[in-house]
Amino acid sequence: MLLIVCPYCGKRPEIEFTYGGQAHLTRPLQPAQLDDQAWAEFLYMRTNRRGVHAERWRHARGCGRFFNALRDTTTDHFLAFYKTGEAQPASPSAPPAPPESVP
Amino acid sequence: MSRQSFSGLSLLWRALSQHRGWQKQWRKPLPKARYDAVIVGGGGHGLGAAYYLAKEHGLTNVAVLEKGWIGGGNTGRNTTIIRSNYLFNESAALYDHSLKLWENLSQALNYNVMFSPRGVMMLAHTVHDIQVFKRHVHANRCNGVDNEWLEPAQAKEFCPPLNIGDNIRYPVLGAALQRRGGTARHDAVAWGYARAADALGVDIIENCEVTGIRRGANGAVEALETPRGVIQTSKVGVAAAGNTSVIMALAGVQVPLESYPLQALVSEPVKPIFPCVVMSNTIHAYISQSDKGELVIGAGTDAYTSYTQRGALHVNTHTLDAICELFPNFRRLRMMRNWGGIVDVTPDRSPIIAKTPVPGLYVNCGWGTGGFKATPGSAHVFAWTIARDEPHPINAPFTIERFRDGYLIDEAAAAAVAH
Repeated sequence: MLLIVCPYCGKRPEIEFTYGGQAHLTRPLQPAQLDDQAWAEFLYMRTNRRGVHAERWRHARGCGRFFNALRDTTTDHFLAFYKTGEAQPASPSAPPAPPESVP
Repeated sequence: MSRQSFSGLSLLWRALSQHRGWQKQWRKPLPKARYDAVIVGGGGHGLGAAYYLAKEHGLTNVAVLEKGWIGGGNTGRNTTIIRSNYLFNESAALYDHSLKLWENLSQALNYNVMFSPRGVMMLAHTVHDIQVFKRHVHANRCNGVDNEWLEPAQAKEFCPPLNIGDNIRYPVLGAALQRRGGTARHDAVAWGYARAADALGVDIIENCEVTGIRRGANGAVEALETPRGVIQTSKVGVAAAGNTSVIMALAGVQVPLESYPLQALVSEPVKPIFPCVVMSNTIHAYISQSDKGELVIGAGTDAYTSYTQRGALHVNTHTLDAICELFPNFRRLRMMRNWGGIVDVTPDRSPIIAKTPVPGLYVNCGWGTGGFKATPGSAHVFAWTIARDEPHPINAPFTIERFRDGYLIDEAAAAAVAH
């Protein structure tokens, strides 16, 4: 089970959270002007990155708020947690620290 | 190249001569400089595609490149359930094509894949389940796919360990049974296809990861880069399951996939107690018994995308909660091993078997949590697509472009499988 740091509540076990998928997807500002290909890319295409992945989580069984995280999908180690609206942190090049266990 | 064939007589003969003189089942060739077609991914779907390319389309200068060892990915990590009772016409055609190939696969490959049509029973626990399953039964009958509705007592008769009492959180209200469904030995599928393809001249190259896809001035595939050298080829079929996005990105192609961990576990082996396959999508339990005697149990996917081939324990315990309610006899069984695989999931939970925008590049992916059952049919139509540069009528609807054009095959909404 992952240990997730909610930027509002602190360290909590994964079962308190729901996953929100790839972060920083912006709904088109001019929806009427999009063609089918652009809609398909917005709705369905995801980076599915093998490596550092920016993603959304929601502290559904806690404060209820959405936030973002950087996670390495080859190890499941989190590199950063940040609030919605904040810029994505530069991903550290150093290997991530070993995970802590849930108390 | 000639191969020893397996038969009752040959097994008896080798047994009497102390099992000396068995050949290796396939060669370990060095990669050649050029192939007519290369399959990326040595699981059942990829090895099967290579076999059908050689067997049915006369393409024998073919290689299968596998990053690890053959059958070490999802082919060796699934719970081996085979069925074809999907809702939509497109899905029913594809999965039933596969089921019909399963029925004669051991004979076709001269390799015992232990296909066992012991029946797959899907449990209904809510009024919504009953309505959905009855709709499936009727839709399946229109497509010539067997599926029948069972009342709880009939379900209990078919699977005696099942608890149909009303003392559980979601009592069993009925079930849909596909008698032609069942299980097969997953490793044997990979080995059988590998052996048969090798005998037709296909090179199976393990420990050979594709690190680059070279394209010519017209954009078409020209060669693959690997740590074991550059391999020239004009046709590449990608069957890389959870790593499909990574391979396709080498050619600059994005596919609508997300890769999730999916876990399974087995109990300690016990005497034959479980006569069929039981699935409950609603409360997440998938169970059958292997020929070794282990109960083979499938869990759900983890919540997040990952490439780690492992998941969290709470996902397994959630499934075991359901198993213990449905089958109280199993409460004191110890679980022996658990593991994870990485499944590539599409937005509509149907696969993609198609040409791509890159000439000479073909993809077979998106099988999500249920690709094993489709192995022979998927491989068969994928080989057709690669050899003829056009889809077989069965896989024609399973394009990448369906997401642009709105022709989804929405088995996610149809709830044929749990996700």
